[in-house]
Amino acid sequence: MYRYDEFDAGFVAERVAQFRDQVARRLSGDITEEQFRPHRLMNGLYLQLHAYMLRVAVPYGTLNGKQMHMLAHIARKYDRGYGHFTTRQNIQYNWPTLKDTPDILADLATVEMHAIQTSGNCIRNVTADHFAGAAADEIEDPRPYAEILRQWSSVHPEFTFLPRKFKIAVTGAPKDRAAIQVHDIGYHIVRNEQGEMGFAVYVGGGQGRTPMIARKLRDFLPKKDLLAYTQAVMRVYNLEGRRDNKYKARIKILVHETGEAEMREAVEAEFAALGSETLSLPQTEIARIQAYFAMPALAVKSAKSAKVEARRQTDPRFAAFMDTNVTAHKRAGYGIVTISLKPIGGIPGDATADQMDAIADLAKTYSQDEIRVSHEQNLVLPHVALDDIPAVYDELLRQKLATANAGLITDIIACPGMDYCALATARSIPIAQRISERFGETKRSADIGELKIKISGCINACGHHHVGHIGILGLERKGVETYQITLGGSGDETCSIGDITGPGFSTDQVTDAVETIVDTYMALRTSKDEDFLSAYRRLGMKPFKQALYERDTGASI
Amino acid sequence: MTLFKNGAFVEDNWRHIDEGEDAPPAGHVILPLDWWKAERAVYDGSNAPLGLKIEPGADISEYVEDISRFSVIALVFPKYNDGRAFSTAQLLRTRYGFMGEIRAVGEVLIDQIQMMERCGFNAFEINNAPTEKALRSGEYTRFTHFYQPAVTTEPPAGTRPWLRKST
Repeated sequence: MYRYDEFDAGFVAERVAQFRDQVARRLSGDITEEQFRPHRLMNGLYLQLHAYMLRVAVPYGTLNGKQMHMLAHIARKYDRGYGHFTTRQNIQYNWPTLKDTPDILADLATVEMHAIQTSGNCIRNVTADHFAGAAADEIEDPRPYAEILRQWSSVHPEFTFLPRKFKIAVTGAPKDRAAIQVHDIGYHIVRNEQGEMGFAVYVGGGQGRTPMIARKLRDFLPKKDLLAYTQAVMRVYNLEGRRDNKYKARIKILVHETGEAEMREAVEAEFAALGSETLSLPQTEIARIQAYFAMPALAVKSAKSAKVEARRQTDPRFAAFMDTNVTAHKRAGYGIVTISLKPIGGIPGDATADQMDAIADLAKTYSQDEIRVSHEQNLVLPHVALDDIPAVYDELLRQKLATANAGLITDIIACPGMDYCALATARSIPIAQRISERFGETKRSADIGELKIKISGCINACGHHHVGHIGILGLERKGVETYQITLGGSGDETCSIGDITGPGFSTDQVTDAVETIVDTYMALRTSKDEDFLSAYRRLGMKPFKQALYERDTGASI
Repeated sequence: MTLFKNGAFVEDNWRHIDEGEDAPPAGHVILPLDWWKAERAVYDGSNAPLGLKIEPGADISEYVEDISRFSVIALVFPKYNDGRAFSTAQLLRTRYGFMGEIRAVGEVLIDQIQMMERCGFNAFEINNAPTEKALRSGEYTRFTHFYQPAVTTEPPAGTRPWLRKST
């Protein structure tokens, strides 16, 4: 993975020193909260319902063991012993004090981490496929490009006061695990007819209150033009994006109102006009950054592991874990292990300091010192020898981290909702907990197969409900929480925005409604091979709507 | 209001003209873009030094021919977080070859000044007391590590073509 050189370390040290000064000025009363606000936001510090919240960047979701130990240390020393992994592949601490934040940032800097640009109207943490560098289906590792974009976008003088926040995602496999089509810019690594590698460029996707799927502005962008093309998009957006209405300020609205063809033309014209400003990426420089992300030296193994097969025979829970939480690796005899942060009835994305330490140790011993944070709020050990998986599993069991539900109905994404967030209109976490308890870690859940439930506690859609196979949006109607359900959303390469079923459901009804939807699917699917999303796309809304609203004639739902 | 230019507080010998105001023949005035569009004939054949004030949102590519006529271009920040003028300054310097003074007016705050400089601003109208205090005392953070080339001359650092380090 990427390692800081002196330059990177110097950059972060300067920012920490500046923030320490700003906090001191705030604490002494020299500056007001209003004047302090832009400074704290530049450093990922939000003021939430109960306290400050610090969001720490995990660039493209990649961590090593030492960094994870530091995240545990921060949870223990400055917070209440836990942290919350987010859909942006970051981690949030919900209870730091203002006085402590400069020390937290200084501690993070010792392990090459920071909180820069995790908030504010700037280019946010660049995300990537959480299986990058390990997945069997990958064409090329997207992380070197995410790293180059991360560096170039850090405190960019021209693009730090954009109309609104800006999110870039990069993926390098045909299967899109990074949801690039719902990002402001999505770069998809592709090979053109000449066999050259480059990017398909998607612009103007996003969720929030106006969900939109990105438009493909370019089929093929040569690698050398990555930064120049990004600069062109950013400049068009910075100059032309709406600033009159916060809710219409994202680039998706500009693309929508301008039109796809006109937007493409504007970006291409700016790109062509860059002239002396054109920042071209030399192949030698790409190769130098790529070297940081080289596949670790993995011992040659046979494709089948006798240890795994033996354990499978005697331990059905282990077998379930192998089936759901282990993904094919590029190398024979290795697997990618997903550590679910969705224990049945638990809070999605939360991990205790002890769990973080245990995962850091597992990474050091069994996964080439690498950990990933997924946008699905799970953690990943990307390079585990199949022979080692029984040992990894046993330790995960001890840490209560062995839930075999990756991709299943209980692997729910949920935003913090009204339990923590100042913007939320409804609670998300308790809804996730109830649905999780309803289905549990059971044969039924496994039989239902892949089904992504995503829950947001307000229309800002941090829980990605628009792209949930089943999406749940918490709203407030006359002082009462009500939950709108959408079906058929997807964040992958077949990206779609979910359709609303109809009137919303109360807190007490929503779990039953989800069960009704699942039962309808189970009754109508052609076989176990037809997953929920495929079945919905074949069947449409009608049978689900009937089941939800017409079966109980006279019911007030 | 005080003017901070090229790293020092200086006397401002320019005056802003409002819409509808008459044009002084001797110049040394900063004209709103609409004023210039309507009344520019007044200065036909004159060598009087002139400035132009551009609000964010104006399309400067329409006035490329006029730019060399001005000694000062003032770009407006209606709020500190309206970042359009950063791009406009960058374009004036790199694409349109403007060599004169680029002046930041409006809500100009200490933490943005170095970014403005890196985009090509070299003069700042300061209305904010803490910003003036910080500039006068020199007690504010100046960064020396950058991840992008800027309009100002900064030597590249190390191997990465996008890195810059100020000296």
